[in-house]
Amino acid sequence: MLYREALNKALDEVMNADDTVVTLGEDVGLYGGSFRVTEGLVEKYGEKRVIDTPIAELSIVGNAVGMAIGGLRPVAEIMTGNFSLLAFDQIINHMAKLRYMSNGKITLPMVVRFPQGVSRQLAAQHSESYEQMLSAVPGLRVLSVSDVNYAYHALKYAVLSDDPVIFIEHELLYNKKGEVNFSQNLDPFKARIAKEGSDITIVSYLKMVDDVMLAVPEIEKELGCSCEVIDLCSLNPVDYESLKHSIEKTSRLVMVEEDHKTGGYGAQIVSWAAEEMFYTLDAPPLRLAGEDVPIPYNRSLELASIPTPESITRDIVTWGKKNDV
Amino acid sequence: MNKLEAEDIYYLMVLGRAFEYAAKENYMKGNISGFLHLDIGQEGFSVAAIKAFEKGDIFSTYREHIMAMARDIETKAIMAELFGKQTGVSGGKGGSMHLFEPSRFFYGGDAIVGGHIPNAVGCAYARALQGNEDGVMVIFGDGATNGGAFFESLNIAATHKLPLLFLCENNEYAIGTNIKRAAPFREQAKKAEPYMLTYTVDGMDAKAVYETVRKAQIQIQEGHGPVFVEAFTCRYEGHSVSDSNAYRSPQEMNHCKVKDPLEKFKKELQEKWLCSEREIKSIEAKAQKAVDEAVEYAENSPEPELDALFENVFYEERKNVVS
Repeated sequence: MLYREALNKALDEVMNADDTVVTLGEDVGLYGGSFRVTEGLVEKYGEKRVIDTPIAELSIVGNAVGMAIGGLRPVAEIMTGNFSLLAFDQIINHMAKLRYMSNGKITLPMVVRFPQGVSRQLAAQHSESYEQMLSAVPGLRVLSVSDVNYAYHALKYAVLSDDPVIFIEHELLYNKKGEVNFSQNLDPFKARIAKEGSDITIVSYLKMVDDVMLAVPEIEKELGCSCEVIDLCSLNPVDYESLKHSIEKTSRLVMVEEDHKTGGYGAQIVSWAAEEMFYTLDAPPLRLAGEDVPIPYNRSLELASIPTPESITRDIVTWGKKNDV
Repeated sequence: MNKLEAEDIYYLMVLGRAFEYAAKENYMKGNISGFLHLDIGQEGFSVAAIKAFEKGDIFSTYREHIMAMARDIETKAIMAELFGKQTGVSGGKGGSMHLFEPSRFFYGGDAIVGGHIPNAVGCAYARALQGNEDGVMVIFGDGATNGGAFFESLNIAATHKLPLLFLCENNEYAIGTNIKRAAPFREQAKKAEPYMLTYTVDGMDAKAVYETVRKAQIQIQEGHGPVFVEAFTCRYEGHSVSDSNAYRSPQEMNHCKVKDPLEKFKKELQEKWLCSEREIKSIEAKAQKAVDEAVEYAENSPEPELDALFENVFYEERKNVVS
């Protein structure tokens, strides 16, 4: 099953089981979704529950908030991460805060799905990542899906949860193949050990997990070591417990992320490690992230702006040699 | 509207004005802090609009104390919220600008100008899907009609023929900027005309506001889609207590205050419903007593426990560490 098919299956199942679930966004209905995640749903559930919206992101999220107040379970799709900036008032001032401001009187069972990241030459206004901003907002759950099985289970969880969830997808993952274990009871807030190892803990999420996995054989060969790869899965809350167990075993931490390095999401993980795991670490943590530049169009420049399997290998090997791994 | 309803509206108007003056006094004493937006001068609009919209969901702004009272939310719980107390409508976490009571279908309290309008659109969508005919009313000021959220909402509400009443309170001032300097015309209903039925009404005349909102809700219930009502009002005080109102001349203020909504509605009570001076005095005394009791209740209420800081961030409380 493809990643997008797993998301589609999850949506289909929850819409079939619960009449209050609706999905809304640009081209989610008759067009089938710009990444085909909502394909076939309008034929099954009709235009009232699979709602094609105008190009008005503020309203897509703002209306979803009102639908949730009114007793529905909306799943809003933002066509691409950058467009969500038009909805940030609704996401931060409304979706994240109404519960707290009303002291729990308002409950918002809603999801905003969020394809993002560097795809292929879409340039600066269609390529950015915003998990660092969204995970810094109290009141939002932020899930980041990289694994096909996880995509299915986490999206089902998100829709059925009574909390507002930002569900981040990466645009290059939609055609990733994987198996879904439909009977699994999966905790979406628990980190996934993508590969076990004993000498370096490499933490990542979304597509960078796959890039790290491509880099690992070469890193292990060059350094003569074994890497543990952790897929965070949830960016808020963070499964620090799993990170702690891994770092206690390896004594080394590498963080790999696609967003810009300054103020990027991984800064939180490394800062946590510095505060909580300082005496366990045998080497300074390494952080590999996107450059502090807007994403360029040219393919060579684009690839130079973010970590790639090659740069991840090179940078971890250099760091490892310097630090006696 | 019958005599009992008219007396109730007058009671709420007097209650509202007394409440706002008591809030101002307690702000000066330091019992209330933050932003405090008073509705003095606009009580007739606030009470009549809420009373006329008998059932259905109401979304409003940060100037919502009187509207909350008109929706039968306890006066003392509103005052306690202004005091930041545990017994407040929002447990002391929202304050003056954030009064919510879903059990009364009242989602007051949005402090992002225009930000609640898309929420009302979404709620109206939900109500239509559920087959609920009461509809939704969203109240906002003239300032909100210049923002994108407003225009997006007109478009979506009209496209889906949603059961939504747009109610614009035009007091001509966005904080200190006159509408003439922010929009090309004074009547903001013109912006809605291509999309839906529109009405304008004298917002200082509670009876006229009541009748117009009632008519609009009936049209919505009959399936005509969204309706826009604009009421022209006068805000006697500054935008908030911390605004000295220096941008309006004494002449302008005098002109604005000529049609006091309480005086006007009192005449209605006397002339149409033959209320005696004694009956009116009794209503006024009852309102003042309720406000005095609300202040006393707020003063004597406990502060929130410090544990409340971390409560109700999420429905499903989880620590930031999963074991």
